[in-house]
Amino acid sequence: MSVTDLIYSLSWSQPELWVAAFALAGVVIGVYVKDAGAGLLSLAGAAVFVVAGALAFLFQPSEPQAVFGGAMVVDGFAGVAKAMIAFAAAATLLLGADFFGKRREQRFEFPLMTALAVLGMFVMVSASDLITLYVGLELQSLAAYVLAAWRRDEARSSEAGLKYFVLGAIASGLVLFGCSYIYGFTGGAIAFADIAAHVEAGAGGVGLLFGLVLLLCGLAFKVSAAPFHMWTPDVYEGAPTPVTALFAAAPKLAALALIARLLYGPFAGMADQWGQVVAALSAISMAWGAIAALLQTNIKRLMAYSSVANMGFALMPLASGTVAGVEAALVYMAIYLPTTIGVFALILAMRKDGEATESIEDLAGLAQRRTLMAALFTVLFFSLGGIPPLAGFWGKWVVFLAALEGGLVWLAVVGAVAAVVAAAYYLRIIATVWFKPPEAALQTPTAVALTTALVGAAMPFPILVLGLGWLERWAQAAVIASF
Amino acid sequence: MTLAAIAFYALAAIAIASAFAVIAARNPVHSVLFLILTFFSAAGLFVLMGAEFLAMLLVVVYVGAVAVLFLFVVMMLDVDFVELKQGFLNYLPIGALVAVALFAELGLVASAAAQAEAARPAIALNEQAAVTNAEAIGRVLYTQHLLLFQLAGLVLLVAMIGAIVLTLRHRPGVKRQDVARQVGRRRAQGVELKDVRPGQGLRERV
Repeated sequence: MSVTDLIYSLSWSQPELWVAAFALAGVVIGVYVKDAGAGLLSLAGAAVFVVAGALAFLFQPSEPQAVFGGAMVVDGFAGVAKAMIAFAAAATLLLGADFFGKRREQRFEFPLMTALAVLGMFVMVSASDLITLYVGLELQSLAAYVLAAWRRDEARSSEAGLKYFVLGAIASGLVLFGCSYIYGFTGGAIAFADIAAHVEAGAGGVGLLFGLVLLLCGLAFKVSAAPFHMWTPDVYEGAPTPVTALFAAAPKLAALALIARLLYGPFAGMADQWGQVVAALSAISMAWGAIAALLQTNIKRLMAYSSVANMGFALMPLASGTVAGVEAALVYMAIYLPTTIGVFALILAMRKDGEATESIEDLAGLAQRRTLMAALFTVLFFSLGGIPPLAGFWGKWVVFLAALEGGLVWLAVVGAVAAVVAAAYYLRIIATVWFKPPEAALQTPTAVALTTALVGAAMPFPILVLGLGWLERWAQAAVIASF
Repeated sequence: MTLAAIAFYALAAIAIASAFAVIAARNPVHSVLFLILTFFSAAGLFVLMGAEFLAMLLVVVYVGAVAVLFLFVVMMLDVDFVELKQGFLNYLPIGALVAVALFAELGLVASAAAQAEAARPAIALNEQAAVTNAEAIGRVLYTQHLLLFQLAGLVLLVAMIGAIVLTLRHRPGVKRQDVARQVGRRRAQGVELKDVRPGQGLRERV
């Protein structure tokens, strides 16, 4: 790679450079400011994420640009995905600074680890060869394992970290095994473009398909799609709540974007084969996420199953194999991310007798004591449950429409039934909030948590006011320029 | 059968047998020793493929550092591994089922590959034979694969920060060496003279 190539590549990867520079500078600054400066460093980190996200969103190339000798690609799809990842990570970082600051457990490594995870996600959504895919995935995953075990003195947090690490290592092994098959059966192709050429020519056959399925299994683990979701409830419950908020939002989008890029890029010629796999993943996730959540008493475990079901909905349009499917998945995630972060901000706001509480029982009679929190719970859970006219309904609408246009009527029916079942447990929480007699009053929520929840609940309203067409237009613009 | 083929089959057989012994051995120290043997056999396979640099790397990094570190950890930790392995037999039927399924799939793929001849040997990195392995890797590592090299560095940074975050504890009240304070100590700070009467000890605190 010549110097001009390098400068060209660096100029197109400014979001990554900002985040990486923050992580490296933060290591040095942290030595001097120590843990007392963690709050300030978190603020700076959130600001850097917002800048990186804005750069990714504003400077989208009109056609895909291959950078770093084809290891990464910068296009509209990556730009939109990076912006959503960065904004979600910035919100959870602020929540984390508030959470750890209140407990006097702040450590300056927290924003740095989050930044490195975000960098991994950026690399994932821009990956355009198998090695970049794996390195990005590992960078994100390794940082996530450490974040899950952050409160190392608490047994549940350590357990979450260990469980996530062991199961994640198996998933990484599957990804690598799949990559080796793809490499072998395409005669040494690593770049997505070379793999695409082989797939178009129809070479590779069953070996290539085997590799793709293994790769999909590993990635399904990362988006926590059933039946690869076993880690989700335990990790969501054990990890500190702001970290859970991060897990529920940004990495899901990054892995989903990676799946879309992989399926619609190099493996576009095998759509009739991987379509079945993705449809199966989607159907099992929606069904199991809806049923298993019914019995949960811990709100973080409930949100874990809710995210499994939501990933099923996000995978549904991808199964259709049409470009409209990618758009629908992107729109769905754009609505899902602020809603889920809003819910986790509310969970952070649940405090009783100075301790954080996660039990759904403790929400009883919230409406009498804290009407604002109760109203926010109602709006956010109605949106997650897909009750019109809230944004969550339009997300599901777009997804179902894409599945029907792709000819997947049975999948849409499974999704509709699952959505109705899922609405039951969202309504159960809302009923607890409004109609159960109050027992112990929850404490005043912290300003940061309440503001984030408010913003999360308010985010869907621009979509209501400006119409869904606005969201669809930019998703369409991003996807059409990229695929 | 050529000498290279004999060496390949011998090394591959040893690698598989010792890899199995790693999980089958009851003594964890034996497991680690078998792991080292597996690494050595894999290094031998690399030499046969003409990748002598990778072979040396495997020996130096994995055998020299990682496996020996494992050995130390296993010997220093007082973990009853035999007890940990108690559940092994309970899960054996399910594990065997998964293994059989995987082997069947591998066989399927192998037969398909044999018919289609799709799988070709990896393309050699150095097409001009004049360049050594190390030089060929060095030429692309810092140029063509610059991004991956840097990202790998960041992965290592994550590992380093993670290890410190999860294990480093600042304990209060730990006595550390402070040369300036220790040297600057006066006699009066360390010695206290007591007037002890005959026949009576010191009753107060010493």
